Amino acid sequence: MKKVKIYVTLRESVLDPQGSAVMGSLHKMGYAEVEDVRIGKYLELMISDDAQDVDALVNEMCQKLLTNTVIEDYRFEIEEAVSQ
Amino acid sequence: MKFAVIVFPGSNCDLDMYHAVKDELGEEAEYVWHDSTDLNGYDGILLPGGFSYGDYLRCGAIAQSSAVMDEVKKAVEAGKPVLGICNGFQILTEAGLLPGVLLRNKNLKFMCKTVGLKVENANTLFTNEYAEGQEIQIPIAHGEGNYYCDDATYEQLKKNNQIVFSYADDFNGSRNNIAGIVNERGNVLGMMPHPERAVSDLIGGSDGLALFKSIVKQWREANVSHA
Repeated sequence: MKKVKIYVTLRESVLDPQGSAVMGSLHKMGYAEVEDVRIGKYLELMISDDAQDVDALVNEMCQKLLTNTVIEDYRFEIEEAVSQ
Repeated sequence: MKFAVIVFPGSNCDLDMYHAVKDELGEEAEYVWHDSTDLNGYDGILLPGGFSYGDYLRCGAIAQSSAVMDEVKKAVEAGKPVLGICNGFQILTEAGLLPGVLLRNKNLKFMCKTVGLKVENANTLFTNEYAEGQEIQIPIAHGEGNYYCDDATYEQLKKNNQIVFSYADDFNGSRNNIAGIVNERGNVLGMMPHPERAVSDLIGGSDGLALFKSIVKQWREANVSHA
């Protein structure tokens, strides 16, 4: 079995009102060093060893459903996992 | 004219949509469940508002992969009118039937009130009963109605007159106050405000009725010959 860790982030050109609100809060708490906050998503997929090309499969799923490429970028890591 | 009101798990404006075309206009309407694989018997498709699949992942993302959406795409190709309101608009962008995407409102709040809308293009099958530039009052109710698209897409929208409605004021952060757009062919309209909630003075306004009347009028002219 493989564990796929997918990181989804908003594209740089897209404003992130949630991130801005969190940054405002951090500033109020005294963390003046914070210059930007961007909020994204993290997904974990367990993929069976029957899958031939996990890389291509994950790319396909990201483009069809898991991300919206109009506003989001993604990257992923594939790890060997032991089934429990 | 016979309308299909598509119902997803989590749709909640389906009854209002049905009421608007059935009771206010006297046209035919039927609810169609999201796993339907046949929309051939319908002349127009309505995608209602709500929170399909709990807005999980992204608004409209999971509904977009429903079986019925393949049929909606066929209806679009066949030139049938397809109207997506609120969550329906989000589903249409996620399905790639309309450009752009709806982001969180810039103030991060769910907003529920009646707002002024400007009719930017009265020359569509959805707006022929309005006057160009007319300001109408239509309720909004959304947390993710902040329309976003890149510069190239915006230029295309402008060039092809695809911007149909814009907000009189900027309150959710939408690019150039865009509230509703059509596809290039003009038979798919997506909009965040709810015209189906403004179809009778009894419930606070009837400015939305002309939108449904426009669809029916255009359909009659194209499909019904008078002796």
